[in-house]
Amino acid sequence: MSGLDEALNVLRTALGEGVRTVTDFRGETTVEVDPARIVAACRAVRDAPTLKFTRLAGQTAVDYWPDEPRFAVIYQLHSLEKGLRLRLLLRLQGDAPSVASVVQVFPSANWHEREIFDMFGIRFTGHPDLRRLLMPADWQGHPLRKDYPLGYEEVQFTFNFDEIDRKKPYAKE
Amino acid sequence: MPKNDSGRHLPPMRPEAPVTESVGTPEAAPFDDPRLAEYRHLVSERAISGETVILNMGPQHPSTHGVLRLILELDGERIITCIPDIGFLHTGVEKNMEAKTYIKALVMTDRLDYMNNVGNNLAYALAVEKLVGLDVPPRAQAIRVILTELQRLSSHLVWLGTHALDLAAMSVFLYCFREREIILDIFEMVSGQRMMTSYIRPGGLWRDVPSEFEPAVREFIKIFPRRLRQYERLLTKNPLFIDRTRGIGVISGEAALEAGLTGGALRGSGVNYDLRKAMPYSGYEQYDFEVPLGSTGDVYDRYRVRMAEMPQSLRIVEQALNTLPRGPVQSANRKFVPPPRSEIGQSMESLIHHFKLWTEGFDAPRGAIYSAVESPRGELGVYLEGNGGPKAQRVYWRTPSFMNISALPILAKGHLVADLVGIIGSLDIVLGDVDR
Repeated sequence: MSGLDEALNVLRTALGEGVRTVTDFRGETTVEVDPARIVAACRAVRDAPTLKFTRLAGQTAVDYWPDEPRFAVIYQLHSLEKGLRLRLLLRLQGDAPSVASVVQVFPSANWHEREIFDMFGIRFTGHPDLRRLLMPADWQGHPLRKDYPLGYEEVQFTFNFDEIDRKKPYAKE
Repeated sequence: MPKNDSGRHLPPMRPEAPVTESVGTPEAAPFDDPRLAEYRHLVSERAISGETVILNMGPQHPSTHGVLRLILELDGERIITCIPDIGFLHTGVEKNMEAKTYIKALVMTDRLDYMNNVGNNLAYALAVEKLVGLDVPPRAQAIRVILTELQRLSSHLVWLGTHALDLAAMSVFLYCFREREIILDIFEMVSGQRMMTSYIRPGGLWRDVPSEFEPAVREFIKIFPRRLRQYERLLTKNPLFIDRTRGIGVISGEAALEAGLTGGALRGSGVNYDLRKAMPYSGYEQYDFEVPLGSTGDVYDRYRVRMAEMPQSLRIVEQALNTLPRGPVQSANRKFVPPPRSEIGQSMESLIHHFKLWTEGFDAPRGAIYSAVESPRGELGVYLEGNGGPKAQRVYWRTPSFMNISALPILAKGHLVADLVGIIGSLDIVLGDVDR
């Protein structure tokens, strides 16, 4: 039995119906789990002695706007001992979604979740320090959402300097 | 006076004073300032009563290696809390890459970690190749290895120079940039660019290396080991350097893993995790090399690990050069790789392929992959999700500097401000890599 089959077994035992779909693509396994059970899922694969997914290699989100469910949050796990990679995925509905934070399970998720909050506006409940990470604290909107414009800065020349300057969104006092 | 491990005298820690005995005046309490209110929950009670000092370090500070801002809570010279504030170099690379076709997005990758341009190209090229299922000829793979290892050397040289400079060893800095220049000349020779090479592309390389490439690399292999020994002589047994680095910023292997550290910062704590060995890519399994490990996980160990990595990189370059196969450097799959210029004038099909690839790009299937390489700083991962069209649904960069800097509060706690610059240097961060 390969390590990833074992991971599926562990997840099915821990979550039951909480495991939704399993996708294999280019040799990588993605397991979609119930958003309400994500902390239990992370804890199960981290603590199982046969798996030891002790590293959260990366965590990110994807926006599928205008489709619903709009967001997916991705947890890229890594087992140093077994040399395995496993991806957990959960899908979230609506424009202001929230999901439980996994900082308690993987302390390194702290900045990942702050970044996702900043870039996608997904709130992580139970996060100890959920602030914007990359954008200024008073920034409006979440840049990596698909309905957020790519944006550019108009080049100011002497003849249109004031005109462009008037439209610029300077920070207010 | 108490002494630390390296025998220096340290100012005594003040006992935890109750808030009522605070020495700060209420007028001077810094957290009335709305600009600091954001950090109120992160500092100790004593900072709020004005007893400890809040010091702003950066973003314009020479030893933060870029635009990193640190908010420090200090008791005398000792750091109680360190709060990194990043994002000053945030350029929206991920958003930009999602707006470009897979081929055109490549130029953004050079600009992420500007000390590891070729390595970023490689990480992205491997991700795209995995997503669309593209094979790369062996010659291209070997040249990729040679170039990324040279890049690792140049990145380590910049790290060594600046790290030593932070700890007041000026001459190392000047020497390191001399050797780095040789490597950048090699990059210029193959790609026309010293830094923003965009040379490694999905499907292979931009073009084959010129005939001067091999002699130039051999010359470098010949001169570099001697120079490296000179640097080691300047620092490794230098009592001033040891005094500033040993016992500073200690982190255990388990804590380092938990904090998300990778690369030299993790191996300095004795955890054997190098992606070139753990999950070989681009033919690394053919080469014989060792992964140096530290034991105590302090600044000195991280220094030793990176210094020991440099001869290993040189070994890999030499082996790859000795066994460099002949043949094409690009995949022949014209649906993904543009045809060479010479074909376009003769073949109608080539012209169509060229036009289609540079205007529409190629379609990648629905599906997501994660592929990671060992950058000079650690695990550089790319999560790439295709949506059936020519542009990615999501490009996510798991950059090593981002995770390494997030561990800074753990490493800096309890140390002196003067040691903080050593700790930052030992993490080897590049702010372009942190902020993306």
